[in-house]
Amino acid sequence: MRRSAAAIVGVATGMLIGAAFVRRQSANAERADLYFEDGSMLSLSNGSPGADRLIPLARQIIGQARVST
Amino acid sequence: MDAQQALADLTEISSQVEAAVVFDDKGKVVGSTLLSGDALAQSVADLLAAADAVRTGDSPLTQLEIATGDGSVFVVRDGKLTIAATTGPEPTVGLVFYDLKSALRSAKPKPRPRAKPAAAKKPAAPKKAPASRARKKPDAS
Repeated sequence: MRRSAAAIVGVATGMLIGAAFVRRQSANAERADLYFEDGSMLSLSNGSPGADRLIPLARQIIGQARVST
Repeated sequence: MDAQQALADLTEISSQVEAAVVFDDKGKVVGSTLLSGDALAQSVADLLAAADAVRTGDSPLTQLEIATGDGSVFVVRDGKLTIAATTGPEPTVGLVFYDLKSALRSAKPKPRPRAKPAAAKKPAAPKKAPASRARKKPDAS
């Protein structure tokens, strides 16, 4: 009985830690989301051909804005 | 409301927005929270040009969000005006877009109300005929 309870607690804890890790990884992921007039959306993750150009430009803009403030 | 006032309201309402600029389709800055708004507008125009090159369909780009480890860049286009803003990392995306759209709507010049056509003069109302005197009932006597 004790063993099964410990196993359940262990699995639940593992799932929580895993979920938190995945969430953190996805939150920190660099990406570009483009929204179009017809309602379509294009999400480019870091490393894809379009994002390679957009993400450095975005970094430059953020740096520019912080220097000016 | 002018664009500068709209941006002042935006930065007051949204604590996530660090800097913002509004410019028109010719790149002319109409409002900015920064002193060097022109440089920021130019960089955003370059970013939009790069994003336009990425699109696959015919539909024009209306808004974008680019998330980096240092923060995010948001751009919203509406007609001739474009608003761009920078935030810190992990912003509330929907909320920032909502605030930017509201600011852009406020920054848009209001269309001038059309001058009312001169009201056609009403023909002078015909003078009322003097009320006919009530006929006195003949005395019953």
